[in-house]
Amino acid sequence: MTAVAGGPAQAQAQARAVGMQGVNPVAKLIASLLLAAVLVLSIDWVSAAVALACESVLFVFAGVRPRTFVLRTAPIWLAAPAAGVTTLLYGQAAGQVYWSFGLIHVTDGSISLAVATALRILAIGLPAVVLFITVDPTDLADGLGQVLRLPARFVLGGLAGLRLVGLFLDDWRALELARRARGVADGSGLRRFAGQAFALLVLSLRRGSKLATAMEARGFGAPGERTWARPSVFGAREWALVCVGLLVALLATAVSVATGNWNFVLG
Amino acid sequence: MPLPTPSPALRPSAVDARGWGWRYAGRHAWAVSDLDLHITPGERILLLGASGAGKSTFLQGLAGVQGGEEEGEETGTLLVDGVDPGTTRGRAGLVLQDPDSQVILARVGDDVAFGCENLGVPRDLIWPRVRHALAMVGLDVPLAHPTAALSGGQKQRLALAGVLAMQPGLLLLDEPTANLDPDGVREVRASVARVLDETGATFVVIEHRVDVWKDLVDRVVVLGPAGVIASGRPDVVLGEQRAFLAAEGIWVPGAPVTAPARATDAAGPVLVSTDRLTIGRSAAAPVRTDVDVAVAAGEVLAITGPNGAGKSTLALTLGGLLKPVAGRVQAAPALADGAHAAPSRWTSAQLVARIGTVFQDPEHQFLTGTVRDELAVGPRVLGVPPAEATRRIDALLERLRLDRLAAANPFTLSGGEKRRLSVATVLASRPRVLLLDEPTFGQDFRTWQEIVALLRELADDGTGVVAVSHDEAFVRALSDREYALAGITVADGAQR
Repeated sequence: MTAVAGGPAQAQAQARAVGMQGVNPVAKLIASLLLAAVLVLSIDWVSAAVALACESVLFVFAGVRPRTFVLRTAPIWLAAPAAGVTTLLYGQAAGQVYWSFGLIHVTDGSISLAVATALRILAIGLPAVVLFITVDPTDLADGLGQVLRLPARFVLGGLAGLRLVGLFLDDWRALELARRARGVADGSGLRRFAGQAFALLVLSLRRGSKLATAMEARGFGAPGERTWARPSVFGAREWALVCVGLLVALLATAVSVATGNWNFVLG
Repeated sequence: MPLPTPSPALRPSAVDARGWGWRYAGRHAWAVSDLDLHITPGERILLLGASGAGKSTFLQGLAGVQGGEEEGEETGTLLVDGVDPGTTRGRAGLVLQDPDSQVILARVGDDVAFGCENLGVPRDLIWPRVRHALAMVGLDVPLAHPTAALSGGQKQRLALAGVLAMQPGLLLLDEPTANLDPDGVREVRASVARVLDETGATFVVIEHRVDVWKDLVDRVVVLGPAGVIASGRPDVVLGEQRAFLAAEGIWVPGAPVTAPARATDAAGPVLVSTDRLTIGRSAAAPVRTDVDVAVAAGEVLAITGPNGAGKSTLALTLGGLLKPVAGRVQAAPALADGAHAAPSRWTSAQLVARIGTVFQDPEHQFLTGTVRDELAVGPRVLGVPPAEATRRIDALLERLRLDRLAAANPFTLSGGEKRRLSVATVLASRPRVLLLDEPTFGQDFRTWQEIVALLRELADDGTGVVAVSHDEAFVRALSDREYALAGITVADGAQR
C-alpha cells in the first residue's frame, strides 16, 4: 500500500508539471469557447489567419508530441479543405465569375469565402483538439461540479454513462457474432444494421438502469451537501489560459476591423 | 498486513420487519408479504428461498433504494436501527450480482470514494477511508488503476470496498458470486470474511450456492411467498428443509446430483477438427497457437482453463463465428454437406443448420418480442414447413418448461428461463454440432440438472457437444473428454 500513500494529490501535482496536462479542463473549455465565439461572429480570412498564426506559436508550448498532434487533428485537416472546396463551388457568388457549371459558380466572392471558411475551421478546431486531448473525463466532471457549480446529479450521471460506452462496443461485437449464429446475418446490410442497433439500444437501457440502482445504493442523490474527493483548482494557470484565449480572440478581431475585413454575420 | 488507519467506529445495525410487504407499481401480486423478521446487531444471515420469493426486494428495501410511492406500495414496517431505511442513506451497503454494472467511475480510488462523497464526508477523511476499504477487501492496486482492467472477482471486491468506505452498519450482498468463476468466488468470500471479522457489521447475503457462505453465517432464513418459512442454525435449517430447498433450485450441500456418467465409447465419426490453429479476436491479437482438437458425433467435449486462456475464443472459432488467425478449422464432409470445408466461410443460414452456438450472455442472442417467435427464427431461416416448425417449437417449449411463457418477452424472463430459452432457440434448427459457452453460469440447481440431462440426451442421439465451462461438477457429470487450455501470462491476464 505504500505505493499509493501519496494519494491523488501527489499524482495531480506531478501531472501539473507538464504542459497543458495539469490545467483545469474547465479553463480549457472556457478558452476554446471564447475563441470560437469570437471567430464565428465574422467570416473573413484576416481574423482567422491572425488567430491561427498566434495559435501555431502557442501549440509549441502545449506539451503535445508532434505525432499525437498530427494523428488527433487529422479529421480537422481533412474537414477544413473539404468545407473550403464546397464553399468555393457553391458559395454566394460575387464579383468576377471564373467558372460556372450548373449550380456551380466560382467567383471572387466564393474564393474569399472558401479561404475564410477553411482557415476558420482550423483556427477553431485545432486549439479545441489540442486542449482536449489531455482532458480526463473525471477531471472535467470535477471541474464542472466544483468550479462551475453545475448540478452534481447531471455531471456525475453523464460521467458514469460515459463509462458504459466501452461496454457498448463489446456488446456490439457480441451482437454481431450472435446474429450470425442465429442465421439472420445474410440479409441486406441496412436492415441488419437497424435491427442490431435496436438490440443495442435495448441492452444499453438495461445496463443504464442497473447502473442507476448501483449508484443509488452508494448514496447518490442523498439529501444534504455532497463533497468532492478530488479538489478542482482554478488558479493562476487557469486564468492565464483563459486570458491567452481572450487575447488571441481580441487581436484577431482588432486586426480584422483595422484592415476593414471584418464582416459581422449577424449584422 | 497492517491496515493504514485504525478500524472505523462502526456501529452494527439492527433490523426489524413487522408484517412488511412490497408490491411493485403495476403488478398484481405482492413481491413480499407478511414478513416478520428481527435481526440483532452483528448477526450474520444467509437468506434462502424460491426464486420469486422476494429476497432481492427485501434487500433493496433494507438498502432504501426501492424508491417512493410511484415505484410501489408498502405495508407494515421495515426499520433499520429504528428508522425507515428509505429516509436515510449510508446505514446499509448493498452489493449486487453483476460485476460490470456496479463499476461507476474510471479509476479504482475514485470509484471507492464515490459513496463517501455522496454522503458528504469531508475530503481529508475520504482518502484514508478509501485506502482502508481497499486494504480490507485485499484489492492491492494503485488508486489510479483503471477499473476496466479488473477481473470479475476484483470488480466485486471493488464494489464491496465502495460500500465499506461508507461505513455501513448493515452489509447486504445479493448473489455476489453468481457471475464469478471459482477463483473469483474464493476471492470474494475471503474478503467478506475478513471484513466481517474486522467491522462486526450486521450481514445478510442471498445466494443459491449454500456451501459458499454456510460456515460464515450464524443463521439461515428461508423465505416463502408469505413470509418466513424457516429460521435457525444453518445445519438445522438445511437439514430440515433440504428437500424443499433442492426442489426450489437451491444448491444444498450434499444434495444428490442425479446424473450418472455417460458411456465414453459412444463417440462416432469426427465432425469438426482443427489443424495447427491459431485463435484470436483479431489477427493482431492471437491468444493461442497450435490448437489441435476434434469434435466427434455423440461425444461431449469440455473446454476448460483459467480466465484469459482463450476458451470462448476457441469455441467461437470452432463455431465458424471467428476466422482462424492461422491454421484451419475443418468440417467433415458429413457436416459440411456440400458447403465449404471451413465453417467461417459459410453463410449465416448454412451455419445455423450445421453448428449451433449458445452464448454466455443469453440477452445477446434474442431477436424477437416473444418466446415463441424466438424459437421460430431458426426453422424459418431453414425453410422448415410451418406444421413441422410448430411441432418442434411446441416440443421444445414443453421440454424446457417454457410453455407457460410462450407469449412472454424474452428479456423479462428470469436468469434460468433465459438460459433455457437460449439453448432451445439453437436446438430448434437441429444442428449436428452444439457449442455452449458457460451454460451453467449463475444457474440454480434445478436448471443445472435440466441442462445436464438435455445435453446428455443430445449427445446420445449423435450430436457433437462442446461446452466451455468453469463448473467442475458440470464437467465431471457430463464430459467424455476435457481439452484444458493452460493459463497464459501475456498482459495482465485480467480480461476474460
